[in-house]
Amino acid sequence: MGKTLAEKILTKKSAGDACAGDIIISRVDLVFVQDTTGPLTVRQFQAGKFKKLANPQKTVLFFDHAAPSPNRQLSNDHQLLRQLADSMGCLKYDVGSGVCHQIVAEVLARPWDVVIGADSHTVTAGALGAFATGMGSSDVAIVFALGKTWLRVPESIKINVTGKFATNVGAKDLVLHLIGMIGADGATYKALEFSGDGLVNLTMSDRFTIANMAVEAGAKVGLFPSDKITQNYLKKQGRAKDFQALAPDEDAVYEKRVGIDLRFIEPMVAKPHQVDNVAKVKELKGTKIQQVFIGTCTNGRLEDLATAAGILKGKKRHPETRLVVAPASPKVLLEAIAAGYIKALLEAGAVILPPGCGACLGLHQGVLADGESCLSTANRNFKGRMGNPEAFIYLASPATAAASAIKGEITDPREVN
Amino acid sequence: MLKGRAFKFGDNISTDHITPGRLAHLRSNLPELAKHVLEDADPTFASRVKKGDFVVAGNNFGLGSSREHAPLVIKMAGVSAILAKSVARIFFRNAINLGLPVLICDTEVINDGDELEVDLAKGTIKDVTNGQQLTFGKLPEAMLKILGEGGLLPYIQKQGDFKL
Repeated sequence: MGKTLAEKILTKKSAGDACAGDIIISRVDLVFVQDTTGPLTVRQFQAGKFKKLANPQKTVLFFDHAAPSPNRQLSNDHQLLRQLADSMGCLKYDVGSGVCHQIVAEVLARPWDVVIGADSHTVTAGALGAFATGMGSSDVAIVFALGKTWLRVPESIKINVTGKFATNVGAKDLVLHLIGMIGADGATYKALEFSGDGLVNLTMSDRFTIANMAVEAGAKVGLFPSDKITQNYLKKQGRAKDFQALAPDEDAVYEKRVGIDLRFIEPMVAKPHQVDNVAKVKELKGTKIQQVFIGTCTNGRLEDLATAAGILKGKKRHPETRLVVAPASPKVLLEAIAAGYIKALLEAGAVILPPGCGACLGLHQGVLADGESCLSTANRNFKGRMGNPEAFIYLASPATAAASAIKGEITDPREVN
Repeated sequence: MLKGRAFKFGDNISTDHITPGRLAHLRSNLPELAKHVLEDADPTFASRVKKGDFVVAGNNFGLGSSREHAPLVIKMAGVSAILAKSVARIFFRNAINLGLPVLICDTEVINDGDELEVDLAKGTIKDVTNGQQLTFGKLPEAMLKILGEGGLLPYIQKQGDFKL
């Protein structure tokens, strides 16, 4: 019987033949924490009296959720993580290094890897053909110590993509459409596996956006095959040797198949307070917003800033709408400066945050006031997400975000250019 | 036998409802963080919950973040088990890893404030207030082994490795 992408990777990384439903022990190729899940991981590791890391050079600490730290408590958490790095010799990406999932994508994850992170959006690396999934601090502490974890091999839902996006419609619209269709628990415990003729029209940046939000449908992993586009991306990152092809078997067994024709996707938005509460942007036209946020592991890449800058260039944000932009990594920021995107955004009235996660999860930077609404390119709009349970968050693409910043209300990007 | 009152919640209670990002600075001060447990779903929960009580929820409880602090502060608040129609994947694993039972059952018949008795070994839930008897699905064998040792850390300390 043929294998899905998840079954193929997990067969390679475990002792036996991994089929959907099996409980397996898998080797872990890359394990990481970030600064809000890391301290508990360190404490669990210490409570377990483990003396050393199984693979120090494949164990990574990221400082991105509070970067730079806004208070002494989080500064002390950072200190705890730095001490672990110093004493155990693991990798450390300190304040200013960027969003963990972006660095994992640019530098660390490879096709066929099993990647475990103490962050739910670890699924982002599924775009590279890595079995990448989020776990809590105890699980990750055990991976730190043993270099392996247990997994139930997931059943897979095949998403067959055909066609090509219309202008100013993109990957974020696709994934919001998909989550609206299957629901916030539509893929719980499952793998989403993307395939079809339309994949050639999805850039790596598109694929990261889509894989990133697999968890918003409850999925364990969102997997793409590793193909020419993956190869070109890795080459561009100076990692040509990390490429390995990966494709599912033709006779692989899927629990369900869903077809999506990119030609018919329209700009989408997720309304408060659930990601599956989706509507077409045009249905919400005129909804006033006090803040636009462009960034995060979902949409903080160079392509996203290019889209936003393209729409905002020579224009101004609405006087009653703040525009907050956080590039996902220093590399993204440098390239966006070189390409003139940052200039265009600043001239349009944006404030540029350091690369990091703070605004997205309401930790600091861009916290909303009571009754305010924000249109964000992030992946979550849960009540309280951006630091205030009395505020409202709408999720949309960078194009919709940029168009809405100009008008001060939710705006279809096809109406602005 | 676990005994306590039901605190009823709806569908899609996220980890942000349980322990929001704005309180990230309290994650290394767990007793303080626990005072805010489930604050954005029910601001009175933390002050009313007593040792042994149950969190009773609808579908997809614990969706969102991987933060293990979410089940941790629920456990610290004295909750003896979570009863839900369904739970999100990472939260489920995290709760079991901390030795906090998660029981999947039809919570529709349980009302807020009902007195419950849960028999983990028999897999039964009795709603003493309205007389209803429920059963819950058995946990997967691997999770039972971890829960049986009180969580992942004690399990690994005893077994030395995964023996699932």
